[in-house]
Amino acid sequence: MSKLALTIDGKSIQTAEGQTVLSAARENGIHIPTLCYHPRTKQAGKCRLCVVEVEGLPGLRVSCSLEAKTGMVVRTNTEQVIETRKMIIELYLSNGKHNCLACEANGACELQDAAYRLGIDKPAFPEIPKDKPYDDSCPMIIRDMNKCIQCYRCIEACNSIAVNDVLDMGFRGSSMTVVCDTDKPMGKSSCVVCGECVQLCPTGALTEKKAVGKGRAWEMKTIKTTCGYCGVGCQLDLHVKDNRIIKVTGAENTAPNYGSLCVKGRFGYDYVHSPERLKSPLIKKDGKFEEVSWDEALDFVAGRLTEIKDKYGPGAIVGIGCARSTNESNYVMMKFMRAVIGTNNVDHCART
Amino acid sequence: MVAIAERILLTKSNVRELHSISVYLEHGGYQALKKALSMPPADIISMVEQSELRGRGGAGFPAGRKWRFLPAGRQLKRYLICNADEGEPGTFKDRQIMEFDPHLLIEGMTIAGYATGSCQGFIYIRGEYDWIAKVLVRAIKEAEDIGFSGNNILDTGFSFCVDVFRGAGSYICGEETALIESIEGKAGRPRLKPPFPASCGLYGEPTVIHNVSTLAFVPFIIERGPEAFKSFGKPGSYGTKMFGLCGHVNKPGVYEHPLGVSLKKLIYEDAGGIKGGKRLKAVIPGGLSAPVLKANEIDISMDFDSLTAAGSLLGTGGIIVLDEGVSIPFVAQKTAKFFAHESCGKCTPCREGTNVIRFLMDRLMQGKGSLNDIEQVLRLCRYMKGATLCALGEAAALAIGTMVRKFRDEFEELVK
Ligand SMILES: Cc1cc2nc3c(=O)[nH]c(=O)nc-3n(C[C@H](O)[C@H](O)[C@H](O)COP(=O)(O)O)c2cc1C
Ligand code: SF4
Ligand code: SF4
Ligand code: SF4
Repeated sequence: MSKLALTIDGKSIQTAEGQTVLSAARENGIHIPTLCYHPRTKQAGKCRLCVVEVEGLPGLRVSCSLEAKTGMVVRTNTEQVIETRKMIIELYLSNGKHNCLACEANGACELQDAAYRLGIDKPAFPEIPKDKPYDDSCPMIIRDMNKCIQCYRCIEACNSIAVNDVLDMGFRGSSMTVVCDTDKPMGKSSCVVCGECVQLCPTGALTEKKAVGKGRAWEMKTIKTTCGYCGVGCQLDLHVKDNRIIKVTGAENTAPNYGSLCVKGRFGYDYVHSPERLKSPLIKKDGKFEEVSWDEALDFVAGRLTEIKDKYGPGAIVGIGCARSTNESNYVMMKFMRAVIGTNNVDHCART
Repeated sequence: MVAIAERILLTKSNVRELHSISVYLEHGGYQALKKALSMPPADIISMVEQSELRGRGGAGFPAGRKWRFLPAGRQLKRYLICNADEGEPGTFKDRQIMEFDPHLLIEGMTIAGYATGSCQGFIYIRGEYDWIAKVLVRAIKEAEDIGFSGNNILDTGFSFCVDVFRGAGSYICGEETALIESIEGKAGRPRLKPPFPASCGLYGEPTVIHNVSTLAFVPFIIERGPEAFKSFGKPGSYGTKMFGLCGHVNKPGVYEHPLGVSLKKLIYEDAGGIKGGKRLKAVIPGGLSAPVLKANEIDISMDFDSLTAAGSLLGTGGIIVLDEGVSIPFVAQKTAKFFAHESCGKCTPCREGTNVIRFLMDRLMQGKGSLNDIEQVLRLCRYMKGATLCALGEAAALAIGTMVRKFRDEFEELVK
């Protein structure tokens, strides 16, 4: 891909053709704040926080949606730009209910970060009472629309990434709010609880219900692992405090899932800490299960399979593989049945 | 009475039943379409370009240049949209054509459709104009029956259908991309530009969108030529414009004049001066979005450049006249309420900014405000400008900011 040169804040920089001014700036360590932009939902232009001045163009331009062009002269820190950004953040703070002390997103909130970086203490505008829905009807997700900054990221997540078509913006002006289906409570909507929307929400408007009160962002370690549920092998980030999983998010920027997860991978982690979880093999002896070593269990299974094969022939044995386990596991299963047992009786669960 | 020679669009306003096709034909109707269909489309675009016709919907963009933005090659499906949303407060000019001379619009659209290679035209009309929508539907049917519209027009092989689409009562649906979203069945919220409609518009296809009055000039330009059009008006602002006068005037109504007519003449001659012999206080010269002019600023030529130079806008040409009895803070409060109510909500400066301005204006009017409230209104108006996704938020900031700046003493009166 060919490169082009432009100037940002007096610094001449190179970027690939087709890049936006925002990415060009970020690649080169020039900070431009954003709220509605996310690399996975792309071009946005809604919050207007990423505005910059461009020589020869009237007004301000949103850098998230402005293609970098050769010779462009961009300024990211003029009085007009900084004051516009401050106004936007102050408007958010005066038009919503943002109590960071009690918010789950404290420490991991993009609105809080932007306010901090712009040095905003309290908005100069009056606080306008808001009474938008607080919806905890979904078993896994809490929606507090008084903290919503109308960035549309959840909507893009639901419609363009997860493609579940549940969320959209309803109403207009300052009443504009994210709605599920035709403004139903989330728990009664067609939502499949994949949590894509929660992951992309920049504020505390969408949060994981099970994580409430369990810990602050800075108290948690993030541990990357592979989801144990199926053969897709989604990459997870476990958010762990005191050796317990507080919540799970999809690992961004990596195959195969690039941040997306299903309801089980994201919310079905309780089994990890279950006291009933099996930790060693069991063999039924005298009508009761007993814990045994792996060696004993494998010897027992091999012995019984050999016995059956000797007595009734290999045709008496069938192997059922798991449709959700990996290709490699299923290959080994097939190989084992044909080469070791000597039968073509192999199938998988989804067909039985 | 304005001399007929001074007009292009309203020359036949004395003709009765002009809305019926037989009367329209008797008065030379559809001759321009016949002429256009005998010409190559590129020549029509050139004529419109040479006429220097600028859009009458508010922004004044040159029509011919807009048509040139269409992608080359005619393989793509294209659409032509007539913007008949006429939602700008104080504006009531387009209905004059649609209600009394609907065939002029249909003829203009069909010529524009032919020139731009469009297959389908839409008239997006504001929901409140329900009876006018019926007039249009009837006129389209008449034109189709005689072969001036629909399939294989006048046996030339060119087909162009016009459909009437009624809006549902939202001001923002007059913004071209919100209008397109609305026709597509979505909530009326503007799209991020670029891409512009000429490359990616209705259903993702190249689309040309024009105000009713812009399209209504096309038959004249084709029939009489670009020079005839340019004999009206002045450089940069050729042709005429229908000005709608309302408010405290003796004879509110629509008056057509060449661009460059004096605002003073419009108010005192056409509209018969201020009602009840009162003194003039202020004029909003181009629909509510246009910044207010003080009484001593009305000696001005009504054209694109002069009004911009005076810090206002020609806008829609809807002129709102306010007499000495009017409280400007009251007007500002109503204006703030309007824009806050009509903001689509998509971008932050407009959604939240208009809401805070409305809140502050209410507080000021209730006598509970402070000097700081006035400063914060001005701060919002200053920084919303240039930062919004579409022109609605910017218009709110300009209109209200100008009222506060020019009549600041009246606002300060409220906090004494
Ligand atoms: C908030 C808003 C409302 C608008 N309403 C109208 C309208 O009612 N009628 C109209 O013709 N143009 C309206 N416009 C302008 C259109 O976006 C567009 O510029 C115009 O239809 C183009 O036509 P023209 O080139 O013939 O002027 C509006 C623009 C904005 C930002
Ligand atoms: S959880 Fe998934 S399906 Fe439900 S609203 Fe969020 S993104 Fe859409
Ligand atoms: S809920 Fe979150 S992601 Fe969705 S619009 Fe609001 S702030 Fe953005
Ligand atoms: S300026 Fe106002 S109307 Fe226009 S996109 Fe932004 S919120 Fe919507």
